[in-house]
Amino acid sequence: MASVTMTVNGKSVSGEVEGRTLMSDFLRNDLRLTGTHIGCDTSQCGACVIHVNGEAVKSCTMFAVEADGADVSTIEGQANADGSLNVIQQAFQDHHGLQCGFCTPGMVMSAAALLKENPRPTEREVREYLEGNICRCTGYHNIVKAIMAASGQDVSAIAAE
Amino acid sequence: MPKDGGIGASTTRREDVRFLTGKGKYTADINVFGQAAAIFVRSTVANGVIKSIDTSAAEAMPGVLAVFTGEDFVDVGGNPAGWLINSRDGEPMKEPKRPVLAHGKVRHVGDAYAAVIAETEQQARDAAEEIIADIEELPAVINMADALAGDNYVHDEIGTNQCFDWGWIEDNRAATDEAIKNAPHVTTLELVNNRLVPNAMEPRASIGTYEAAGDSYLLQTTSQNPHLTRLLISAFVLGIPENKLTVIAPDVGGGFGSKIYHYGEEALVLAASKKVGRPVKWVADRTESFLSDAHGRDHVTKIELACEKDGTFIAFRSETLANVGAYLSNFSTATPTFLHGTLMAGNYTVPNVYVNVKTVFTNTAPVDAYRGAGRPEATYSLERVIDMAARELGMDPVELRRKNFIKPDQFPFASAAGLEYDSGDYDTLMDKMEAMIDRKAFAERRKASEAKGMLRGLGINAYVEACGIAPSNLVGVLGSRVGLYDAATVRVNATGNLSVMVGAHSHGQGHETVFPQIVADMLGIDPASVDIVHGDTSKIPFGMGTYGSRSLAVCGSAMVRATEKIIAKAKKIAAHMLEASADDVDFTDGQFTVKGTDKSVSFGEVALKAYIPHNYPLDEIEPGLEETAFYDPANFTYPSGAYACEVEVDPETGKVTVERFMACDDFGNVMNPMIVSGQVHGGVVQGIGQALLENTTYDENGQLLSASYMDYVMPRADDLPFIAVDHEGGTPCTHNPLGAKGCGEGGAIGSPPTVVNAVIDALQSGGKNVTHIDMPLTPARVWAAMNNA
Repeated sequence: MASVTMTVNGKSVSGEVEGRTLMSDFLRNDLRLTGTHIGCDTSQCGACVIHVNGEAVKSCTMFAVEADGADVSTIEGQANADGSLNVIQQAFQDHHGLQCGFCTPGMVMSAAALLKENPRPTEREVREYLEGNICRCTGYHNIVKAIMAASGQDVSAIAAE
Repeated sequence: MPKDGGIGASTTRREDVRFLTGKGKYTADINVFGQAAAIFVRSTVANGVIKSIDTSAAEAMPGVLAVFTGEDFVDVGGNPAGWLINSRDGEPMKEPKRPVLAHGKVRHVGDAYAAVIAETEQQARDAAEEIIADIEELPAVINMADALAGDNYVHDEIGTNQCFDWGWIEDNRAATDEAIKNAPHVTTLELVNNRLVPNAMEPRASIGTYEAAGDSYLLQTTSQNPHLTRLLISAFVLGIPENKLTVIAPDVGGGFGSKIYHYGEEALVLAASKKVGRPVKWVADRTESFLSDAHGRDHVTKIELACEKDGTFIAFRSETLANVGAYLSNFSTATPTFLHGTLMAGNYTVPNVYVNVKTVFTNTAPVDAYRGAGRPEATYSLERVIDMAARELGMDPVELRRKNFIKPDQFPFASAAGLEYDSGDYDTLMDKMEAMIDRKAFAERRKASEAKGMLRGLGINAYVEACGIAPSNLVGVLGSRVGLYDAATVRVNATGNLSVMVGAHSHGQGHETVFPQIVADMLGIDPASVDIVHGDTSKIPFGMGTYGSRSLAVCGSAMVRATEKIIAKAKKIAAHMLEASADDVDFTDGQFTVKGTDKSVSFGEVALKAYIPHNYPLDEIEPGLEETAFYDPANFTYPSGAYACEVEVDPETGKVTVERFMACDDFGNVMNPMIVSGQVHGGVVQGIGQALLENTTYDENGQLLSASYMDYVMPRADDLPFIAVDHEGGTPCTHNPLGAKGCGEGGAIGSPPTVVNAVIDALQSGGKNVTHIDMPLTPARVWAAMNNA
């Protein structure tokens, strides 16, 4: 067992983990932050995306010990300080960008990382960025729309054709 | 205009807040004090005799509490098929037992034959490695034709791999054969409806908790229908009395059919909890999901269309082999029969239809209903062969369909496949679709594609389906072993807000938002004062759950009936309060008013009176304000649609790109257009996935080659365009109180043939004599077809 200490959503946390403990399992099982979801076992689905030192990471691809000392944020830390939905979360609700909700935490975390590096992405850029996040419910239509809306673009004409 | 937040309003979803903030509560997120972990040991061979299983080393591993094998469940029941289908000769279908854990034989890769319960998941996983199973591998039967031809049986005791040989409608067989024999034109097509894995993003999970004090059980599980799961466990598998078993399906991360069914893992965690005296939790990983969730589709079909030279349809005849896998899953016998054969007249006035389906056991995972369930297979066969016939006859594919459409004044229409369609307007859908895609300008778009060196195709399609599953009397005659009504309790609390307990289960469909819209609209109150309760058998009267696009049409109708009862009783209470006759009391916008006067009381005042019945006619009216209704539909509902798709095909590589997609649907009355559009987007993309990307592949030994997201190609955001949808102005369902038809499956039913028709159109435009390619239309398949043509 190894000791780890890190900052998660602004709070210092520590724990004892096995070498093989994945970051996703540490968050879910030790910290009870179950908003980070596990949808596959091959790092394909993206339901477990978190930010580590500001970078989007699939938390099933790193060991908890690798995050020792890191600044981590998860879906539970995304809302505004007053508890209201942040711009991206609000856009997902406004544009029906989620159905069952299972992929949603990873989508929101990926969207945040995208908009940080590319504040006004085109449709194609959004679609390509989401290549590592699988959704089975929405057909991505309203996810792409929500992310473009969150970037301040007018999406009212999309697919009205 | 819809009332604010009422029926027809695109209200944003209240459930989103918890999902967007990581506060959803899925089964895997639940941790029960003292829980132990279960891990299943699954067969690595497709067919084998279990000679022995030595669990002693595993039992001695750290943290291990118990090890189970099939031997532990020989005295409990099997997991049954929900529909009894008879063969054409009257012989009942073959129903081999489906045990909790494999016993005697393993029958597919992934078939669980042992389970380890330990303090932690890792300890259980480590111990599972120490189980020594002597399994003698036997040759596997994978291909359906081989399975029927040989004498290597998946279930030795039934002496055949054929489950049944079904004819629909058998009395129409001779007339259909005769019509085809004499027809001026016959188009024949052999096709494969590719096997799919539903792939809800949340893998299955279950927690069993046994309470010795009350001899009672709690199952928290990933289910679309907790009451059905309870019924199956109680009445068939473990024999736990229903009053001693609570099943809760909390937030569920998608289903698409795969979570309708009861699975052995659910029974095991309950039995294990009793044995070890601890709650027992199991969470599947994705590989287990691929190996053990019920798969979908997997039909091989020959379809014939007979018509006059002018394109008037005379007959459709199809022969299908439908894979049921190694065991019968709960709906597996209904899916290729009554959800498929009955739709084989499509949207058309064709007078003769005959469908033959042989279901086949193979050494593969069970196959059952997946989004659309039987109806995508019917639509694909029909709409592909119609497209091919149009090409052979030199007719426009839209005109050929229009020529044979059932016309609006012909409803209700008795189809040649045995259903009575209540309403529809297929020509108007086609008009809308042609306008939406701007068909007149297609030639210019094709030229533009060709200028880039690409081939461009336009595919169109019409569909009708039967959902709102289902009228119990009818399905009873057809072999269903359950009723398919639903139930709702509307509880008006003393302070005037409402709790509505519904049998439908929401796992993405937005019931928590839409159902309150309906009740609030009926009562003239704020939707925010209405909450629904779902997914808990201890709180809800009963319910058959969510599948077959039934939640609104069936459970929603039960909720309407219960709300009507509330209004009727509240009127009586209001009449007493207003010192008037109930017949003289009107109820509008939440106010009870005596006709012709300004005397009125609000709904809230009446609710309070019901619970504080002072000066109340207790000899005539009971206190309280709570009503339950069970609703059994009079017929199926019949959504329909006209879809169009434009693709570009790269002639150098065979790669297909979906450039545009239009879905015009008739779902009857729409309660929340935003949510309905979302259902269409998702369904269409699952259909595009089937058409272009997804395939479930077993090798000849029964190894699942596509058992991960590296091998099974899920649609991704960058594979797709935006999807244009239109579901306004539908023809209302004539037999349910909401006029709603159901919108969950249309997208997945209508889209696969649309895409394939578009690709064939593109190839033909490039001078390639390609008339059919089996799905998925991967670059390799398209390139091969082009270069052999």
